[in-house]
Formats: sequence, C-alpha cells, structure tokens
Amino acid sequence: MSRAPSRHVAATWLRRYAGGGPGLPPDVAWAIEVHLEVCARCRARLADAAGRDPAINALLGRVHAHLQAEIPHSPRMPATTRRRATVASWIAPALLPRLIVTALVVLTAVGLDLVSAEAGHRLPSLVLLLAPVAPLVGVAVAWSSGQDPAHELVVASPRAGLNLVLRRTVAVLIVVIPGLTLAGLAVGTSPARWLVPCLAFTTGALALGEVVGLHRAATGLALAWAVIVVAPSLITARPSLLLDSGTSPVWVAVTVGVAVVLVARRSAYASLPSGR
Amino acid sequence: MVRTVSGAETAPSTYAWAVQADGLRVRVGRHLAVDGLNLALDSGVHGLLGPNGAGKTTLVRALATVLRPAAGTLTLLGQTIHGRLDLRAVRRQIGYLPQEFGFYRRFTVREFVEYLAWLKEVPARDVPGAVQRAIERVGLTDRADHRMRTLSGGMLRRVGIAQALVNDPRILLLDEPTAGLDPDQRLQFRALLRELARDTCVLVSTHLVEDVVAACTDVMLIDAGRLVFSGVPADLAAAGDAAGERVGAGGAGDSAAERGYTAILRAHREQQGGAR
Repeated sequence: MSRAPSRHVAATWLRRYAGGGPGLPPDVAWAIEVHLEVCARCRARLADAAGRDPAINALLGRVHAHLQAEIPHSPRMPATTRRRATVASWIAPALLPRLIVTALVVLTAVGLDLVSAEAGHRLPSLVLLLAPVAPLVGVAVAWSSGQDPAHELVVASPRAGLNLVLRRTVAVLIVVIPGLTLAGLAVGTSPARWLVPCLAFTTGALALGEVVGLHRAATGLALAWAVIVVAPSLITARPSLLLDSGTSPVWVAVTVGVAVVLVARRSAYASLPSGR
Repeated sequence: MVRTVSGAETAPSTYAWAVQADGLRVRVGRHLAVDGLNLALDSGVHGLLGPNGAGKTTLVRALATVLRPAAGTLTLLGQTIHGRLDLRAVRRQIGYLPQEFGFYRRFTVREFVEYLAWLKEVPARDVPGAVQRAIERVGLTDRADHRMRTLSGGMLRRVGIAQALVNDPRILLLDEPTAGLDPDQRLQFRALLRELARDTCVLVSTHLVEDVVAACTDVMLIDAGRLVFSGVPADLAAAGDAAGERVGAGGAGDSAAERGYTAILRAHREQQGGAR
C-alpha cells in the first residue's frame, strides 16, 4: 500500500492547502490529500507551512488564550489511584489468605521440629519435608476461575498468558522463599536441600496446570508429595533420600524438562478450558 | 505548536469485515455448542438472539478468543485466529463483557477500570484519561470513587460496560448487558450503543427481543448453535405479522417482533424435526 511517491507536493500548493485552500482546484486538493496519507515527509512540511501561516497562527493564538482562561475553572482530572492497580498487577486476588495459611503451616512445622529436637527424637525435619510444596498453596490461586471473580476478564485480556502467571508466581516466591529460609535456619536446615525441589514443584504445578487447571495441579502435587514422601519419612523416622543434597542434579534436570513443557504449551493460559 | 498527523491515523483498514466466521464450530466439553456458523459483521449494533442454551455465550466467548474454535475459520480485524497466533494485538482492540461479570469487592470503580486498562495494555500515560472517559460514558462519574461492594446490580453492570470500553475497542462483545438495568438506564444504554455503532462493531447477546428491536441495526437468531435467521429488526416484526395471519402457526408474544421470534424458532424446529 505505502508505495514511495516519486514526486512531492510543491511548497506553494502546500501553503495554499494549509491556508484552507482558496484558489486550490478540488482535484489538486484531493491529489494532495492522497499524497499526504502516504508521505510522512510532506505531512511534516504541511505542519511547518501551517505554522508559518499568520491566519492559522492567529486562530491558534486565540484558542490558546481562550483555553488558558478556561483551564483554571474547568473540572480537574481526578488524581490517579494507581496504587491498588499496581499491586493487583503482581498479586493474584485471594492470595493474602493463602499466604497467611502458608505462614501458619511453616510456623507450626518449626514449632514441632524444635519440640522434637528438645525431646531428643531423631525425626526428620518437618520444615525440610514441607518446604518443597510450601509455595504451591499460594501458586494455586495465581490462575484460577474459582478464586478470581474476574477470571474471565483476565483471560480475555491481551496480558493473559504465561507472562502474567509467572509474574504472579514470582510474587508468591518472593514472599515464601525468604520465609522458608528463616524457618530453615531456625531448625538448622540449609536451603541447598529444599530450594531446587521447591522450584521443581512450582514449575511442575504451572506445567501440569496447563492441562488440568492450576488449582487442581497444585493440590494434586502437594497431596502426592504428602502421601509418597512426607508420610513414609515420618513413619520410618528417616529423612527421604529425595531431599538428600546429592539429588540436586536430578531436581535441576526435572525443573528444566518441565520448564520446556511449560513454555511449549503456554497458549493454554490465554484461553478458558473448553470443558466448561 | 502544530502537530504532524501520523500515518496510522489516516491508514485505511485492510479488511472487509471486523468479524468474519466461516463454518465456525466450538466445542464445550463433548457438546458442539456452536455448529457451523457463518457470520460477517462490520460497524453497527448486531443483536444476537436465541433461547437459553442456544450457544450465544459460547459464540461470544469464541469471538473474544477465550475459546478455541474446533473447526472453521474465524477472522477478527483481518487477522485469522489460529492456535499459534499471538493474540495480544487482536485482543487490544476487543472489549468484552462476560455474562457472569465478576469484580473485586474492595476496589473502587476507578481502581477496577484502571486495573482492566492495565490488563488491556493501554499505554500508562493514557490510562487516567481513558478510565475517566469510560466511566463518564456509562454515567457513573459520581460513583467513581465508591467501592464496588456498595454498588447496586445495575451500576455493576455499567462498570462492566465501562471496563469493556476503556481500550476504545473496534469490536465490542456484550453478553447480556441489560440484565439488571432499569428502564431509564436501558434507554441510556441504547443511546450509548447507537453512538458506538458509528465506528465500532458491537455484538449484543440478549434474550430481550425489545432491546434488539430498539437499538440494533440487524438481528441474528440462533438455535442449537446454528444461525436460524438474520435480517433487520423490521424483518423480525414482519415475520411475526405474517405468522399471525396464518391460523395456528402464529408465535406467542406481546409485540410483532416477539411473535416473529417465536414463530421463526418454531418453524425452524419443526423443519429440523421433519428432517430427522
């Protein structure tokens, strides 16, 4: 469409066109108009020519003076209240109660660990056992029709998609991971043992969420972890081999593999599940 | 002082129809809720009528790109929608009011519309003006800083319309927008629709025949996912009058348009029954 014009509008024609076109034949005016639509240079020249026309300047001056007098008396544009909208751009609705639950669970685990250490039991640390799935409580509400009343509006918006889900997930991790680190220090567990599993579970929930929905995926993974790892460790009173620091490379490999799936299927986060 | 007109402002559109669907099929679970629909819509107010469960909401969701079509082609603003497409550019030009309009109770009207403006990627410096304009258009200026939990049902519906308008959409999809509006507000809403119709493709899904007759430039009637009738509102009334003259075949209803609606629907269903 935007063919490069071979000729440009003559300065005299442009001046007359800017002045409202007295003495400008209609066919010439049309030709100029068509040319201006495709030629940025001539539009700039038109602006320049208009700026030099005394009649136009006088008109603009009058409008300017009039506006200067009017503006102080006109209603003000209300001050923007961006604060809450900015917060909402990072934090999923219904996140706060979830974070409180997470904090309570972690504090309880710390308390039980300290009590059992005091009593001389050699039970594996509850904080360590729960840490990998602790963020899932908050991550579950990052993309959920049940927890977000305006979910359909969010899904239909241009920003919907993996980026927004990751943004909300990062907001959860920023709060939960320092909290877990402090809890771990209190009971003597190093983050090296749970941090990578923690990321693996978060990524895993996001990837599985593309298929079954994030809330369901996070709940399922947390339950599976509780049944397969937490319960046996507590019953046998031996820490799980999965959380040995030697298994880190395996967790890293799992995280990377799952992340690839997550990115490959990312379009699932821009539409509603068709099963509804 | 003098502004240079940008190329984008004078660019002609390069598509024939804002919304074009060919043999569109959309699945909800195992059920084919939209079954081979052909549509071509441009600027104007298009009424979408049909009984409950006819597939209106599914069709509107598919046009809002939140449901993936199972078959057929859907072209919005000259862009064919397919699985791999980055939907952001198209979605920036769509305004969507879902049937179940969820909102955040603690947000004020302005905060909510601002948040939606952010989700719709309205440039940050345009947000305050766009939000104010949208709120003014639906007549909620005096309630702009009230929390949403204090608003009545009709006002919430108008907030829903305001958020749909905030990005100055080319395609506006409204699912049951008049539910909960009182007669006076419905009149204002119709006036707003007529104003928007000059340069926007507005699709209004409703089950109120009188809304369609009063405000729409044309009417589509769908049943069981198929297009049954398409024409101007006067055609609907004419069908009602014609049916009324034939004894026994007349549709029930208080106005000619309502009689037309039921008569067309009944005739279609008889024909379907006969074909089976």
